[in-house]
Amino acid sequence: MASGKKKPMVQFKGILKRFDKVVAVEKMDFDIEEGSLVTLLGPSGCGKTTLLRMVAGLEEPTEGDIFIKGKRVNDIPIHKRNLGMIFQNYALFPHKTIFDNVAFGLKYRDVSKDEITEKVTRALEMVRLPGVENRMPSQLSGGQQQRIAMARAIVIEPDVLLMDEPLSALDENLREAMRREVDNLQQILGVTTIFVTHDQREALSMSDKILVMKDGRKQQEGDPESVYNQPANHFVADFLGHSNFIAGEVVGVVDGHLNVRIETGDILLAENNGSFSKGDAVEMIVRAQRFDAFPKAEFEPVEGMNHFEGHIKDRSYMGGEVSYFIKLGADREIHIISMMRTRLYEIGEAVSVQVAPHHCYLIHRSES
Amino acid sequence: MKHFSPGWTLIRIYTFLVYVFMFAPIVVVIVLAFNPKQFGIFPMEGVSLRWFIKLAQNESIIEAFRNSLILGSLTAVFSTGIGILAALAFIRFEFPGKNTFNTILLSPIMIPEVVLGVALLLFLRFLQQPKSFVLLLIGHVVLTLPYVLLIVQARLVGIKKEYEEAAKTLGANAFQTFRDVTFPLLLPAILAGALFAFTISFDDITATLFWATAQNQTVPVKIFSMLRNSISPEINALGAVMILLTVTTPLLAGYLSRKFSKVRS
Ligand SMILES: Nc1ncnc2c1ncn2[C@@H]1O[C@H](COP(=O)(O)OP(=O)(O)OP(=O)(O)O)[C@@H](O)[C@H]1O
Ligand SMILES: [Mg+2]
Repeated sequence: MASGKKKPMVQFKGILKRFDKVVAVEKMDFDIEEGSLVTLLGPSGCGKTTLLRMVAGLEEPTEGDIFIKGKRVNDIPIHKRNLGMIFQNYALFPHKTIFDNVAFGLKYRDVSKDEITEKVTRALEMVRLPGVENRMPSQLSGGQQQRIAMARAIVIEPDVLLMDEPLSALDENLREAMRREVDNLQQILGVTTIFVTHDQREALSMSDKILVMKDGRKQQEGDPESVYNQPANHFVADFLGHSNFIAGEVVGVVDGHLNVRIETGDILLAENNGSFSKGDAVEMIVRAQRFDAFPKAEFEPVEGMNHFEGHIKDRSYMGGEVSYFIKLGADREIHIISMMRTRLYEIGEAVSVQVAPHHCYLIHRSES
Repeated sequence: MKHFSPGWTLIRIYTFLVYVFMFAPIVVVIVLAFNPKQFGIFPMEGVSLRWFIKLAQNESIIEAFRNSLILGSLTAVFSTGIGILAALAFIRFEFPGKNTFNTILLSPIMIPEVVLGVALLLFLRFLQQPKSFVLLLIGHVVLTLPYVLLIVQARLVGIKKEYEEAAKTLGANAFQTFRDVTFPLLLPAILAGALFAFTISFDDITATLFWATAQNQTVPVKIFSMLRNSISPEINALGAVMILLTVTTPLLAGYLSRKFSKVRS
């Protein structure tokens, strides 16, 4: 989807938002391409909602400018911005029928009665809930209400669709289904969408681009793959997925590869993914899923791979996969998640762990 | 489960007596209103509408009724109007001195009515204005505003801000948002508030005694002055009418609002 050629639909330029003394969003510069789905991802209180509400006009930036379609909107009131907002708790008008709810935004636009009926019917079909026009919101389930909220937002053909954790009130299974539905709908309509979540799976599976935030600051922006595989710093690596962090020092540069001495004294190979030179203090990031564990007796080292020995300290069975904590040396522990292949390792069992150098991602330690 | 213990029996008797003390005088008033004789003696010798007819022919009582109705209605209108605006300001906006303002508006509940009655009169003296209907109206609005405010505020807190925000993002301006979303959701509280204001105004006596002039006596003031002369059975009839009114108004309002909401859903 992200072509990189399209013009920006929404632009933040030096956006800062302060509530009294709390800085909710700090000097944010960020572009959102037309037609893309961008997620704002970060822990609770990092300013995602605030950023989204500033696009909608529900909050005013303390400093900086917001542009929509190249036009500065700071002084344009909410009701003239032509945006569709979907709230976490749906916010369907409880005193209006589903028809009136969906038709709400059309009333204030120059749309004839017949056209309204037609558009509402079409919108309800799009969210796969035709024929509920005469019901009241309280007569629908949570998932259905969320779909109506979606219909209500898309029926006005907004320039940007804003969603603030729209799926978090739904149960696990429904959330998965709705996530795909939102994704589908967004692609069919091609509407620029800003999606707020603190659920990394939601972000990774839906987005064209992810903006990772912490304490109101941008940590990294990029497509899901690059954010996951090339985290900009410790926080991003820690927030997305299960990561191991191993402090070390670059002790040698061998064409393309780096030799890194880690805390235990072992020397590991890592891919040179940046400007590292001998003597740099680094932090090695390895995803828990990238390790392979073998029974120590059967293990045969492979040339060019990193390996260590340790024993299983703890394990938890998670259905298709197993999570192990493996003790290496005296006080270093790593977390690995491996697919269940043949059998579970027992606690205390000696194992050999292997990881490829290109899965050992380095960042400068000062960044962490 | 049935309780036959002495404790429960005592509680039952006690409860029964409380109700008797509360309602017996009212029942007596209503019953005596149909008494054909001048003096209320039981058993009554027949039933008659004599006192009601006399009441209907009493110009000054009709006048007091009209005053009370006009005053009550206007009080309800102004009190709810101001109450809605104040509640919106207090619940939806931030401004300096908000809590102080809120307390001031609610204070008439806590201040004895006598004090309030005298205070307003003194204020009027200070302004060198005569007593008038407008003064009475202002007084009643001050008296009833706290109730309206409390009811409307309580409801407004329950109406999530998101409804209004959703309406705005969908293209409704501030007024349209109020008209199409906030107001309809607030309506039950507004009706309840108006009803409260009307009823309180309709049977207020203490403060009204201070504020009313000879031209704009309300029903309770009238009754009070009639009682000073004699206990005429007319008063019983008047009491019956007042009871009928104060009981049926809320019931009617409740019925109408239920019917109203059914038509719409
Ligand atoms: N109206 C407000 N008044 C004061 N502080 C606020 C207000 N709204 C947000 N904040 C503060 O701004 C910061 C960012 O809040 P925000 O709601 O944007 O976080 P969030 O990322 O959406 O978190 P969550 O995932 O919990 O929804 C928080 O520290 C919060 O306390
Ligand atoms: Mg939030």
